[in-house]
Amino acid sequence: MPRIPAVPALLALAAIALAAFALALSAGSVAIDPEAVLHALFAPGDSTQQVIVRELRLPRAVAAFAAGGCLALAGALLQVLLRNSLADPYVLGVSGGAAAGALTMMLLGAGAWLVPGGAFGGALASTAIVFGLARGRGPWSPTRLLLTGVVVAAGWGAVVALILSLAPEAQLRGMLFWLIGDLSAPPATWSTLVALALALAAALPFAGDLNALARGDTAAAALGVDILRLPWLLFALSAFLTAAAVTTAGAIGFVGLIVPHAVRLVLGNDQRVLLPASALTGGALLLIADTLARQVAAPAQLPTGVITALIGVPTFLYLLRREHR
Amino acid sequence: MTQPLLAAYGLGVTIAGNRVCSGLEFAVMPGECWAILGRNGAGKTTLLHTLAGLRTPAAGTIELHGKPLAATARRDVARLRGLLLQDDSDAFPATVLESVLVGRHPHLSRWQWESAEDMRIARDALAAADMAGTEARDVRTLSGGERRRVALAALLAQQPRLFLLDEPSSHLDLSHQLSLLERLAAAVHRDDKALIMVVHDVNLAARYCDHALLLADGEAVAGSAQELLTAERLSAVYRVSLKAVAGPRGNLFAPD
Repeated sequence: MPRIPAVPALLALAAIALAAFALALSAGSVAIDPEAVLHALFAPGDSTQQVIVRELRLPRAVAAFAAGGCLALAGALLQVLLRNSLADPYVLGVSGGAAAGALTMMLLGAGAWLVPGGAFGGALASTAIVFGLARGRGPWSPTRLLLTGVVVAAGWGAVVALILSLAPEAQLRGMLFWLIGDLSAPPATWSTLVALALALAAALPFAGDLNALARGDTAAAALGVDILRLPWLLFALSAFLTAAAVTTAGAIGFVGLIVPHAVRLVLGNDQRVLLPASALTGGALLLIADTLARQVAAPAQLPTGVITALIGVPTFLYLLRREHR
Repeated sequence: MTQPLLAAYGLGVTIAGNRVCSGLEFAVMPGECWAILGRNGAGKTTLLHTLAGLRTPAAGTIELHGKPLAATARRDVARLRGLLLQDDSDAFPATVLESVLVGRHPHLSRWQWESAEDMRIARDALAAADMAGTEARDVRTLSGGERRRVALAALLAQQPRLFLLDEPSSHLDLSHQLSLLERLAAAVHRDDKALIMVVHDVNLAARYCDHALLLADGEAVAGSAQELLTAERLSAVYRVSLKAVAGPRGNLFAPD
């Protein structure tokens, strides 16, 4: 398993992310060539092209990139925490909690600001429930945590079904789009990117500790890692990231599960590389998926979550096969 | 006067309400090899983890290189003592070299990457564990014995002064049991390190250890090998009748 060196790998991923941005800003019902995109971004004026790029496409692209990065980073952190590459905000019920919170607010007819608030509250509550129950009086146990997460996620699924069955016809379509994951009108853009940057900055100093933690609690403790406090940091950060992502893009699946796994298969499990690489890859993936969602059935727009699932599932299966060859 | 690398004063250890030892006093000096012997469930691993600072003792204090263990920073502890776990699992793919480099963790600051020197230490450790040439293999494709040797290499790369080993010979074939313990014992004598190992093979203990901790019925006895590694004492610990037979290097113990 020869490894690609860290710096070239991260630079290549950054280049891919930039290319994804260029594509997202130029593609659409009005095609704008890359040169005109640069002009629209940086030159003064407010021509139609400039308005389309700056006010329609850029916020949506930033929101997609940031939400994808948040989900992938949350997944990467949860996977080390639980030492299980199946862990992800979706599987653990964090996204489910956020969805239930947001839909409750929609059902109550709350204002635009309360929907993201509900999502945030739901994500935090769900994380607290999962980790509180799984911890009990004993030590952290990855298996128990994962099982509790799966059960709680199923519970949120029921709550969401209940809300959908109570919702009036007029609200149903919006709710369903939101559930699948939709970026057509992101309520937050730059703030999500800031959240991603902050969380990455908070996690990176502990990346070395995470490398030790990946070998097991006791092994990490024997190497001098604080295994009582580190899990709390990980789960607080992943709840924060999931809430930020779900608030921005709705409940988009697969990114948190697939991206860290794919990055790990190609670049290895060194968390100092894996965490930033996951954030970049997750961002680029969701940005490309969202661009496709706008284009594939134009003029109709597909929910972004459908595209991530359509890209994600075959990729995951291919990587899994490659690993076991 | 030389300072003990590890000392226990009035040490009491319990697990799930069962006493492992109480009022235990001993000091491990540089250059010494200790064996922890006892029946299954006697609390050997629990005692070893307590000595490593991973568990709080029920009573008494442990001093690591003259400083109370509980008051020493985690990183400093991890530079002084290394622990080979009874078994380890690999949840994620990793190369052999990456697994060994994790042993350098206590020597790296938060933003530091492994240097060429760390790489050299890791490769030397792999060679010492007879795993040279496997650097690029995925640890999950290794056999049980090979994984054990990688774990041992990670411990060597940690470069502790005190080796705490939980059944180091498990999964290893006879030649590796002998060669690796030989190497560790040589390092202990040459570099003024020390070693404490939980071991089931009393003959391995007798071959390499000059001191022993015998665990039986909630009490632990510490002392020299001469005094404790006798047929009479060991028969009482294991509740099996053992006889000492003259071997090429001292006595061997065999069941009656």
